[in-house]
Amino acid sequence: MTSMSASPLDLTSPEVRVQRRGRFWMRGLRSVGYGALIGLIITGLTGQSFGTTMVHSMCIATMCWFFIDLGRIPLARWKHRNAPADSPEAESHWPGWPLMLVIVVIGSVLGFMVGGTLASWLTNQPMPGYLRGSLRQTVALVLTSLVPALIITYWFYSREAIAGHEAATQVAQRQAAENQLKLLESQLEPHMLFNTLANLRVLIGIDPPRAQLMLDQLIAFLRATLNASRSASHPLEAEFARLRDYLALMELRMGERLQTHFELPAELAGLPLPPLLLQPLVENSIKHGLEPKVAGGRIEVRAARDADELVLQVRDTGVGLADTASDGTRFGLTQVRERLATLYGAQARLSLAPCDDAEGGTLATIRLPLPAATAR
Amino acid sequence: MMMKARALIAEDEPLLAANLQAELERLWPELETVANVRHGAAAVESALALRPDVVFLDIRMPGLTGLEAAQALAEDWPDDAGALPAIVFVTAYDQYALQAFEHSAVDYVLKPVQPDRLAQTCTRVQAALKTRQPNGQPSNQAAALEATLGQLRHLLGAPGLVNSAGAPQAAKLGVIQASVGNAIHMVPVGEVLYFEAADKYVRVITAEREYLIRTALRELIPQLDETRFWQVHRGLVVRADAIATAVRDEAGKVHLTLRGHKDKLVASRLYAHLFKAM
Repeated sequence: MTSMSASPLDLTSPEVRVQRRGRFWMRGLRSVGYGALIGLIITGLTGQSFGTTMVHSMCIATMCWFFIDLGRIPLARWKHRNAPADSPEAESHWPGWPLMLVIVVIGSVLGFMVGGTLASWLTNQPMPGYLRGSLRQTVALVLTSLVPALIITYWFYSREAIAGHEAATQVAQRQAAENQLKLLESQLEPHMLFNTLANLRVLIGIDPPRAQLMLDQLIAFLRATLNASRSASHPLEAEFARLRDYLALMELRMGERLQTHFELPAELAGLPLPPLLLQPLVENSIKHGLEPKVAGGRIEVRAARDADELVLQVRDTGVGLADTASDGTRFGLTQVRERLATLYGAQARLSLAPCDDAEGGTLATIRLPLPAATAR
Repeated sequence: MMMKARALIAEDEPLLAANLQAELERLWPELETVANVRHGAAAVESALALRPDVVFLDIRMPGLTGLEAAQALAEDWPDDAGALPAIVFVTAYDQYALQAFEHSAVDYVLKPVQPDRLAQTCTRVQAALKTRQPNGQPSNQAAALEATLGQLRHLLGAPGLVNSAGAPQAAKLGVIQASVGNAIHMVPVGEVLYFEAADKYVRVITAEREYLIRTALRELIPQLDETRFWQVHRGLVVRADAIATAVRDEAGKVHLTLRGHKDKLVASRLYAHLFKAM
């Protein structure tokens, strides 16, 4: 039943198999325990012989567990027979509740009969008197086997589903932390950092005031990057200022190969935006658009209002999408899309398109809902 | 003792290029920088024209990367031009490149350039140049060339360096889909004799005819079964069992004839080691 978890745990790994086997026998032991408990209750209620009742009760419980717990595995296999080989379904041992109910009914009837026969043989005593007679037997079967079997199955199921959920949560947390690290790594890309420092080192010798300016821009960029994950939003003009810092560093490195252009209407300057949302798009424009292009080109960052939407665009005149499609891991774009989906749901979108004018290159467009106050 | 030599610098960032030249002038005054260029294609062109003794190649440059430029130099270096230049790679940070450099004993300089480290490189380059001087032993020259080729082969085979870094293993192609007019021709890869790079396109040659596909050769190569299709030049991949004979000339190039096709192909010295008797 561990397979109920929605986590991407590898169900075929040896550890998981050992764990599963351990849990199977644990459920068996517990079932014998529950049988003993039922036996105690029956002895208390009916005054039957303690020993015989206990043996019957425990034998029936064990057999019920045996048929139900073992029966569900081939049933689950059969149910998921069409699932792809490596999917969690293919390894699942949980056939779902409807089939499970069938197996609980069949398993407890079988368990009652086989367990009862076994106990009679062991104790050399027939079934206790209250179990004789067909109506009585049916009632007893339902009361002592079927209902407990249902309750115990549900109990096992929910316990292990909770365990599965916990495992899934842990996996999700680990993935979130890994993503955070990858994001930071992509923003503080070592190649960019060391090249910038190399330029800075040269400037210190030949143009100290400019070196100081560059250092200030680098500091602002680093601070913004490290703070980006901590604050939920900053004004659009702050976003533009950080992009200016970043592109100023790039302009110094690339010289005349890079021109930049910014457009931010004053009435939009104060709008809130998740920090550095546009940064990956600008980085992509540099890395995949202009850096590979011998002649270099221009990057334009624009904000505009379109009805009740805020439209943010990053355009470059680089080598274009066709030549870069297979490059890189698309981590930047995925990350922007995920942030948009988390914050705005279906209301926000990111699109990437080639520019079909003479200069070519790529245009990335983000559309966001305007905050209610400004939207009117 | 300093020796006279000529250098070429290829670095896309103007400030860093100027600084590397200045540092070299300070550390090695007899080294004359004959060209200082901003991209890989210019580096190859100037080096072939000016024939420097040493080239400093930035790894990440627009057009050709430093490594691709080095490969082009090794393949196109004229036989009468004397020894191949000593190659020094320059990089800010590149985990794949650094690993490969360490393993293939190629000299490299990290940015920001530390003067002490650059001085070491100068000493090493001078030592290397001494062994290949024109009045030196011809056998030394040949050994030096073979050593450089070996280093480059090693680099070209290093994981993550030539193909885009960390790209997952591409699925192998069964057919080449080539457009001819408004039809798509499905060409089984088994029928392809060779692929040849032509600018942004690749020529696909079969026994019957020739197709043009709009895929760069470097993107196609990972999708081909490397045991069946051999790269024999930076712009040429041949189906191994289509090769009839291979004849090596004095310059180290290998001339190939094909089964059932009149085309003659040339494998560069970088790939000559593929053709040896069993």
